[in-house]
Amino acid sequence: MPKDIDAKESGIGAASKRREDIRFLSGTGNYTDDINLNGQAYVHFLRSDVAHGRITSIETAAAAAMPGVLRVFTGADFEGVGSIPCGWQVTDRFGEVMQEPAHPVLAQGKVRHVGDPIAAVVAETAEAARDAAEAIELDIEELPAVVDMKAALAEGAPKVHDDLTSNLCYDWGFVEENKAAVDAAFDAAAHVTSLELVNNRLVANPMEPRVAVGDFNRATGDSTLYTTSQNPHVIRLLMGAFVLGIPEHKLRVVAPDVGGGFGSKIFHYAEEAFCTFAAKALNRAVKWTSSRSEAFMSDAHGRDHVTKIELALDADNNFTALRTDTLANMGAYLSTFAPSVPTWLHGTLMAGNYKTPLIYVNVKAVFTNTVPVDAYRGAGRPEATFQLERVIDKAALELGVDPIALRRQNFITEFPYATPVAVEYDTGDYVATMDKLEEIADIAGFAARRAESERAGKLRGLGVNCYIEACGIAPSNLVGQLGARAGLYESATVRVNATGGIVVMTGSHSHGQGHETSFPQVIASMIGIDEDMVEIEHGDTNNAPMGMGTYGSRSLAVGGSAMVRATEKIIAKAKKIAAHLMEAADADIELKDGQFSVAGTDKSVAWGDVTLAAYVPHNYPLEEIEPGLEETAFYDPANFTYPSGAYACEVEVDPETGKVSIERFAAADDFGNIVNPMIVDGQVHGGIGQGIGQALLEGCVYDENGQLLSASFMDYAMPRADDVPFYAVDHSCQTPCTHNPLGVKGCGEAGAIGSPPAVVNAVVNALRSAGKDVTHIDMPLSPARVWAAMQG
Amino acid sequence: MYEFEFTRPASVAEAVAALSTEDAQALGGGQTLIPTLKQRLAMPTTLVSLSGVAEMQGIRLEGDGPLVIGGAVTHAQVASGAGAYPALAALAGQIGDPAVRNRGTIGGSLANNDPAACYPAAALGSGATIVTNIRELAADDYFQGMFTTALEEGEIVVAVKFPIPDAANYQKFVQPASRFAMVGVFVARFADGVRVAVTGASEEGVFRWAEAEAALTANFTPDAISTLTVDADGMIGDIHGTKAYRAHLVNVMTRRAVSASA
Repeated sequence: MPKDIDAKESGIGAASKRREDIRFLSGTGNYTDDINLNGQAYVHFLRSDVAHGRITSIETAAAAAMPGVLRVFTGADFEGVGSIPCGWQVTDRFGEVMQEPAHPVLAQGKVRHVGDPIAAVVAETAEAARDAAEAIELDIEELPAVVDMKAALAEGAPKVHDDLTSNLCYDWGFVEENKAAVDAAFDAAAHVTSLELVNNRLVANPMEPRVAVGDFNRATGDSTLYTTSQNPHVIRLLMGAFVLGIPEHKLRVVAPDVGGGFGSKIFHYAEEAFCTFAAKALNRAVKWTSSRSEAFMSDAHGRDHVTKIELALDADNNFTALRTDTLANMGAYLSTFAPSVPTWLHGTLMAGNYKTPLIYVNVKAVFTNTVPVDAYRGAGRPEATFQLERVIDKAALELGVDPIALRRQNFITEFPYATPVAVEYDTGDYVATMDKLEEIADIAGFAARRAESERAGKLRGLGVNCYIEACGIAPSNLVGQLGARAGLYESATVRVNATGGIVVMTGSHSHGQGHETSFPQVIASMIGIDEDMVEIEHGDTNNAPMGMGTYGSRSLAVGGSAMVRATEKIIAKAKKIAAHLMEAADADIELKDGQFSVAGTDKSVAWGDVTLAAYVPHNYPLEEIEPGLEETAFYDPANFTYPSGAYACEVEVDPETGKVSIERFAAADDFGNIVNPMIVDGQVHGGIGQGIGQALLEGCVYDENGQLLSASFMDYAMPRADDVPFYAVDHSCQTPCTHNPLGVKGCGEAGAIGSPPAVVNAVVNALRSAGKDVTHIDMPLSPARVWAAMQG
Repeated sequence: MYEFEFTRPASVAEAVAALSTEDAQALGGGQTLIPTLKQRLAMPTTLVSLSGVAEMQGIRLEGDGPLVIGGAVTHAQVASGAGAYPALAALAGQIGDPAVRNRGTIGGSLANNDPAACYPAAALGSGATIVTNIRELAADDYFQGMFTTALEEGEIVVAVKFPIPDAANYQKFVQPASRFAMVGVFVARFADGVRVAVTGASEEGVFRWAEAEAALTANFTPDAISTLTVDADGMIGDIHGTKAYRAHLVNVMTRRAVSASA
């Protein structure tokens, strides 16, 4: 792979402009809310306004009699219908499986969080449905709510689920067998640094709220769901097999243009099952469009960990052991991948970029009367990175050593590297990314910039950190052992048409990632044709053979690899056809720049001649090869991929108000090989923006009764353009992945994983420059919190 | 939102008549009312839009002052058209975002009297006169606590008369999410004294900081108030900042306003 990637004009390595942006920027996208079916009805959900309560009566007759109302559904209508399933079963440190409560489509008996759907009115218009929902007579006996995780685990705490033994979902230890050795290493340590911190609860807030349209064809008995999903095939499986009992061949799920997901659109939601169910019950298409207010209380939230981390060092400042205790909020129900996030996507990353020989991670997952919590951009890896990179910075403070030097001293430098937390990093070069970071961040010039800020009455701070993530999710054999109830391969069908154009049907879903541009670059390079000859289709279970979807920075690494494998089959068959056309041996055929030639001769046929022969097989070896040119491949990765990097943030703090301003931000990433550097830049920019959002602005807050205080953009602070600086982004450090055919690692989550600790490290550094004895501030670092920290 | 009738009168007299029907509601720029209706938190029978009322349009300077601004004038119009009172124009240009500034009106803002809105600080800090369809009210008498004013049922803010100070400045420290004022301080220096009005901070809505006014009247420098404090009791405390933090910001923003206007 050439290093001067930006110089390429097309194919792998070219900064091809995103072809999908033409429709996104001109208002001609086709989002789920743009889909309106004949005879479509609308649903409005009556949601709980209390966090915990028992439904004592629900009277729907008046609502059902309202104008335009087709039917009012309650939990009773869903008796015998399946529970919204959880896709991952974690086994605890004692060998017991997690506690797994039922999750009804509509509340049955109890409500467990503000926003829990209780009843659903289907009517001719959305307004009529909402009017009628207000006429439902509902009595709820309010019960004490549990919001704080420690309180939820206390003896005698109110139980979110009466049929569970407690609010503890699981008590997970990793690696349990290492616990005694880790404790011993702490006893022998020359220095121990300890830090307690919160990883703040976030609301994903993609630009497009969730929408679902259910449809039913009485003539065929087929159901269709149009939905805002990152993985329509997964929804088809979860909803069809576990909730509604519809086999795959009778259920089609379509996720058309999707306006951002960030994890929150991975999961199967009750509203999807409701619309599909109601469409059949009423023989009408049924549509639900979430309002932003509903999104705040029904989309799965992210993060929400409370952690104590301890780092042991020897007398030479080598890391000797790491120990963490985390409480992870599950919310009121187990969302699709919730149990995996604080465990296998978090514990396995605790080694970070460092050769710490002994690590023990304990995670207690807790049910509370809050919205379910699940994967949000990075999912477990930001939580791991944040605590590790914060405790290292604190250790450097306590030891009086340079935080960059302390990191460099402890870097893993030899690969492959088997961590003490069960994963094997195939490649990486942490020294190279740190060197690159020091260059692009101009670390050497910081002192002068600090002096300049001080002259302006501002405190300037520099924060640096590293990150590692496990992407390209995931080897099915491995995740099966870890409790996944799904495989995590990907599939692709490559269909070559008679005139040489190609349609690829991929199970990877694009909702902002630019697959429609980057995937064709790969195929165009393999065959030597123009990118414009390749189109990508995704998002419809009737197209791609199967798909596990887009999350975990997996699309190119896993979905792209499936596409490569299918294209290799295409090329192999095309070579046979070419050999026949040129009356040569298969083995002598070479493909270059879209021309098949016979090695050592001047004979050649063009790509289009071969594809035409495949579909017009007049002169064709029918006894040896089938006509047509279409191949499918499934690809299951051999390992995770391990993108890594080093980030630097420079802030100015207003000492009078505590207001933090990000002045500079630099990111040096190793994503392995790069297909489209412009798209990679954009992914990193967006990720850092979300990381800065978490670090400075975003915080989802409940009061002690379980009322959501940050329930709208009036109180939930999203990052805006003027909250973020221009970024210095570099991805020229490339250690290709060794086990996928493209050598790619994935770039979608890095920014969100790598940036929060850099921001917090920088603010702590700034305050200490003014003599403030501050070692940590919990996110978001609002002006009020920073000011309070300065007051001591 | 629930269904309602909509009317857009052309004169104050017509507007007053329209507002006399039961459960009628005046609509200024709708930047508070429309979201409230969308949330179904209000159920007026008739919305009376004031945007077409002839007497409520325009900005005009009477001699050397006051600057008279029609109640239906938008924030964007004030930002670009109140050059005679630069501090006021600058304040208007910092309200919300362009969409808000192109719809929201000064009359609507003052009638609503949101405790975190900017205009109440300008009106109180300037000692403005609120002109309604039936009377003229001094700003000191007009603001009566959070979302509460001296306006009676059906009374309309037709115009606001701003005396033009020798120097003035508004400093806003924004709440991170809404970007309303967490603390906003308007300082205005007149020949006969200095006025300091604070928005965003108090549970009682906009207020004058008397101690700071006295100190600044004697010595219009930031140092004159560096040791003055407002009582944290009575300040707003919420997820964005404690009472003590807001009390602290009142001093910081006042000093900055003095610096910027001096």
